Amino acid sequence: MAITKPAPQPLTMRFRRYLKTIPGKIMLYSLLFALSLIFALPLIWLVSTSLKEGAEAFKIPPELIPDPVVWMNYIYGLTYMTFGKYILNTMIIAIPRIFGCVIVSALVAYGFSRIQWDGRDSLFFVCVATMIIPYAVTMIPLFLLFNKLGWVGSYLPLIVPSLLGEPYFIFLLRQFFLGIPQELSDAARVDGCSELMIFWQIILPLSKPALAMVALFTFMGTWGDYMAPMIYITDPDKYTVSLALYQFGASWRGSNLDRYTWFMAAISAMTLPILFLFFFVQRSFIEGISLTGLKG
Amino acid sequence: MIIARKKSSAPWTPKRKKDLIKGLLFISPWLISLFVFTLYPIFSSLFYSFTEYDIVRPPTFVGLKNYINILDDDIFWKSLYNTVYFTIFGVPGQLIIAFALALLLNQKIRLRSLFRALFYIPVLVPVVASAFVWRWLFNVRVGLLNYLLGLVGVNPIPWIADPAWAKPSMLLVHFWVCGGAMIIFLAALQDVPRSLYDAAKIDGANRWNQFWYVTLPLCTPAILFNAIMGVIETFQVFSIVWILTKGGPNYATEFFVVYLYRNAFAYFKMGYASALAWILSLIILACVFLLYRTSARWVFYGGEQY
Repeated sequence: MAITKPAPQPLTMRFRRYLKTIPGKIMLYSLLFALSLIFALPLIWLVSTSLKEGAEAFKIPPELIPDPVVWMNYIYGLTYMTFGKYILNTMIIAIPRIFGCVIVSALVAYGFSRIQWDGRDSLFFVCVATMIIPYAVTMIPLFLLFNKLGWVGSYLPLIVPSLLGEPYFIFLLRQFFLGIPQELSDAARVDGCSELMIFWQIILPLSKPALAMVALFTFMGTWGDYMAPMIYITDPDKYTVSLALYQFGASWRGSNLDRYTWFMAAISAMTLPILFLFFFVQRSFIEGISLTGLKG
Repeated sequence: MIIARKKSSAPWTPKRKKDLIKGLLFISPWLISLFVFTLYPIFSSLFYSFTEYDIVRPPTFVGLKNYINILDDDIFWKSLYNTVYFTIFGVPGQLIIAFALALLLNQKIRLRSLFRALFYIPVLVPVVASAFVWRWLFNVRVGLLNYLLGLVGVNPIPWIADPAWAKPSMLLVHFWVCGGAMIIFLAALQDVPRSLYDAAKIDGANRWNQFWYVTLPLCTPAILFNAIMGVIETFQVFSIVWILTKGGPNYATEFFVVYLYRNAFAYFKMGYASALAWILSLIILACVFLLYRTSARWVFYGGEQY
């Protein structure tokens, strides 16, 4: 904590002072380890169960380390529920959504940050305010609207709304764009660039980290979303990964113990890739979340 | 801030008009979405809340009947009670846990990003996955939680199988997913200027005083933000509950949106469900408004006020 430079002291005294901090450090680290163990426990248990034989998973007392380790659970689990098909379905939704969220939200964010125009900040306030509107109130009319359009049962209700930009990402990207020096745009304008060219050739290339974050947020959101697909997708052939896994889990009746460990393997196959992805990009990911929090 | 405001009384120069058109063009996708996917649904929801509508036959206007029926509906009151319970314990609980974790991570520690990631991970786990994992942990007979509690001599807890335990179990899952709030708190903590602590130390403040008079006031904007987000989220909790308990046992976890969903998509009472949605929205907005209004008294905005 001491940032002010202490006067030079004899080494022994500094060492003694260092020794004094040790008990505190031990407490701090053991607390941290204990807490992270608690937070990680559900996932550790998931992976452990996913590698057990059916009978072992239901044994009392439970064992943490599977014996034998049944890697085949993953193969059985994923083929039993034809995981590949549902990944494809999820991608059919995710890819246009990512495109929409990244490009369109960036366009809107550009209009809210890089051009001066009358009423801009009031409209931006409206944009931010729409984020606190409870989804419960728009959920039913939107369903009725999409029902009238004949879109229920297709992926369109899941895709089309995000093709017009998402307030959350507009907000995030606007914050990022505001940080880019205005002189860059001014210089380009003097050179005769149109706004679209400035957007495309100057602002977007400078914002790659933020855009990548939006893409990742969108992907993870689509991958994990359960409620919207449940409302709109009725045909089991069109299920997303979330829906298919839900069906897998809900149809398990307790008779086939092995199938339960297959199910756990499928669950962990759905979860672990997301977590690995997160570990690779966590620094910018977390900066993105912090950015949306406060600096507004 | 880069925004240099133009005086609104300035004349409408051609450039000013052009800029306005350019700006509106850039935000036009969002404007369309504002009208089609936000404003239209809000108003049509209000309209539907005064009708009876089962999708098959056209809506018939029934005036305030839905609202009157709701006041007489036992399950409505039950679900409102459940939801308020969940919010009252869930929001402060999650704030405290998230803040405590952020404080821990803000110490001088090695491997900070590893610990931060571990605490944050529950947020990333798809809701279907976390629901089924928790159901497995909650298993009364072979669940890990009861086994671990058994090791320290606690009798098996029925968790989500028992009406008395179902809501606390849901809160447990909710607290597990506190990483989002934690990240916001951590960012706020890292923004506290070091110089303030040094100044406090010169004034003879001990660690507790530093926390109480420096750290906490500077984190109040983050507390307000997380509290508002928490209220919006807990009042509308759905997916995790739907997968874990379907509102049971004996309506113990029948939360507001669960009941709303049931009315809309199981009973196809769209009008009734719209009225429920409006009641919920008014409650949420009232809470957010209250939090915001009282914030002048307890939220401290540092030197950045201008």
